[in-house]
Amino acid sequence: MSSTAMDLLTWVRGPGFVIAVAIFLFGIVLRLIEIYSLGRKPDLAVARTESRGSGGRTILGRSLPPEGMLKRSPITYIGGYIFHIGLFITVLLFEPHIELIRNLIGISWPGLPSPVVDAAAIISIIALIVVLANRITDPVKRFLSNFEDYLTWTLTLLPLLTGYLAYHHLFLNYTLMLALHILTVELLLVALPFTKLFHTFSLFAARWYNGDISGRKGVAS
Amino acid sequence: MIGRPIDIPIRAENGDEPVSHGNALPLLHEVRHALERLLAAGEETVIDLRSIPMGPGDEARLEAELGTGEVSARLETAIGPSVALETRFPGVWLITHYNSEEQILSRFIEVTEVPAILRSQPEDVREGLDSLSEQLLQQTNE
Amino acid sequence: MSYDKTLGEALRRQGVSRRGFMKFCATTASLMALPPSMVPAIAAALEQARRPSVIWLSFQECTGCTESLTRSHSPTVEGLILGQISLDYHHTLQAAADSAAEHAREEAMKENYGKYLLIVDGSIPVGNPGYSTIAGISNKDMLLETAKGAAAIVSVGTCAAYGGIPKANPNPTGAVAVSDLIKDKPIINVPGCPPIPVVITGVLAHYLTFGTIPELDDAGRPKVFYGETIHDRCYRRPFYDKGLFAESFDDEGARKGWCLFKLGCKAPVTYNACATTKWNAGTSFPIQSGHGCIGCSEPNFWDLGGFYKALSVPNDPVTLVAGAAAAAGVAAGAAMAMRNRKAKADAKSKHQTVTIDDLEK
Repeated sequence: MSSTAMDLLTWVRGPGFVIAVAIFLFGIVLRLIEIYSLGRKPDLAVARTESRGSGGRTILGRSLPPEGMLKRSPITYIGGYIFHIGLFITVLLFEPHIELIRNLIGISWPGLPSPVVDAAAIISIIALIVVLANRITDPVKRFLSNFEDYLTWTLTLLPLLTGYLAYHHLFLNYTLMLALHILTVELLLVALPFTKLFHTFSLFAARWYNGDISGRKGVAS
Repeated sequence: MIGRPIDIPIRAENGDEPVSHGNALPLLHEVRHALERLLAAGEETVIDLRSIPMGPGDEARLEAELGTGEVSARLETAIGPSVALETRFPGVWLITHYNSEEQILSRFIEVTEVPAILRSQPEDVREGLDSLSEQLLQQTNE
Repeated sequence: MSYDKTLGEALRRQGVSRRGFMKFCATTASLMALPPSMVPAIAAALEQARRPSVIWLSFQECTGCTESLTRSHSPTVEGLILGQISLDYHHTLQAAADSAAEHAREEAMKENYGKYLLIVDGSIPVGNPGYSTIAGISNKDMLLETAKGAAAIVSVGTCAAYGGIPKANPNPTGAVAVSDLIKDKPIINVPGCPPIPVVITGVLAHYLTFGTIPELDDAGRPKVFYGETIHDRCYRRPFYDKGLFAESFDDEGARKGWCLFKLGCKAPVTYNACATTKWNAGTSFPIQSGHGCIGCSEPNFWDLGGFYKALSVPNDPVTLVAGAAAAAGVAAGAAMAMRNRKAKADAKSKHQTVTIDDLEK
């Protein structure tokens, strides 16, 4: 008898979720403390230029392609942008997801109609596939890629893909696909603090630091 | 402050128009295609209304849209009455089967010239012929 | 009653005309969720159908399934379908009791060995057979004995189909489903708490009409009734897609009949016919009356984590574990920081000043 789909769904909504959240929070807190506690030696030199605001400008500036780069590697920039915006819409503006966040931390905001989120999801999936193809075909990118790059790509794709398939009732019945969707999100949560996916948390701080230190050394942005 | 009923978030239902959940209109389009097929190829269509997700008010909306036409026939069968109603659109019939307590058993839209259930059935005709013959025989004997 | 009379003959003897028979067939097709184009085939089959003997066993159950069936509006086509089967044993409904009733069951089993249809409602306790007995016979023994001569078994209700409420955590009686004990007979699951009466009779009508069991899904349920989720057939579905939700049971959205997903509706993972067949002669169904679906036709629905929790929300409380995990993270982070500082301090202490003289050596 196949009550397995429902059993799996019950597990991923219950113990599975608790375990994933626990590892996620543990990892995030651990890594943030580890990074920030490293500290830097006091910079005793006089700042070369007035560096105030340089960190903030770098956060914005690094988000835009430097001159000529958009032409040289359009897929990296456009694909990356499309994917991240699509992921943002899918994760944070789908009503069931908002309901989950509201349940967990008590805050909520209005969502978008399902067909709009659906479009964002499929666009993100396509963008992910395009950037992977680019990574594999471009000799430099392929040389720079290691196992972790492919692992994090897979872990990011799976929740999007299973969510999309579940919504459209493709391949497996909805119950099983929904269970797999939640399970893949839990895998992503578990891996996030310990892989380069941690950039979700470290990106802006790192950019600010780089911008600020460069400003002090005379290359303010 | 006391007595500001206007602030209470209650909305009066508008009784004039049936509330609809938008499931009647697609069905009417289906009926239109069925009528076209009936005219073009003589193809008849039966739609089981129980197989369609109807919200409250949808069925009333459907009935209102279909209206009533020239023919309304009531059948009295041993398992309860049935009503065959030609709608405002000739060729579109609404068939409702009731049990003997007038509760609806099943409901169909039939797109046809005459619903099959209205025709006298050969089995019943044969039985009728037998009983007529018997009746005549009795009267002859009297 | 004679067993060799066909259904067509029986109805005709009751004064049902051919027109009445056509109505019966059209309604039966609708009942079985088959397209109207199947009516002639159904008529031909029903004309020749013979009364099957039925034995109904009730185990750990609340009688809700029997209530659902017998309290459905009557007299009806459902009633007529039931009239066409020979219900030879049903200890809740029959007048005879105890050994006399058991005698009727044994008689029916002997007379129709290999041919009778066995209907079961309720789960079977295997923890201790004494938890539920009938006339001193444990449920398990009675099921195993009666199943031997059955042509097929219909598990009516979620208890018989999947264990249901008796099996709910922590399952004090060790309740199991029929399919956990019987492996060598075709079993049709008709889950629901209770199942929709016309779905029960629809399955019986299918067996009566075609003499076969309908096509089943991977949870053993007939696909014609359990093929789609309630969510997919729900008249409130457009509100879900538009993002219009009731946030509480008495807000504006609830009054306007918006989607109940956020109030814990389990319709997206519940396979049943409620949204189309509905209840009480097609009057309404839970969502139409303003309450979310509780998923009663799904295995272990009782342990799905609360009827009022949205499907996308975790079952178990997270806060405590999350707090502990974060605290552990702080501790581990602090340990890591100490280690890093020590490494730095060690490096510093090992630092040796190099002078020009040293380099010239």
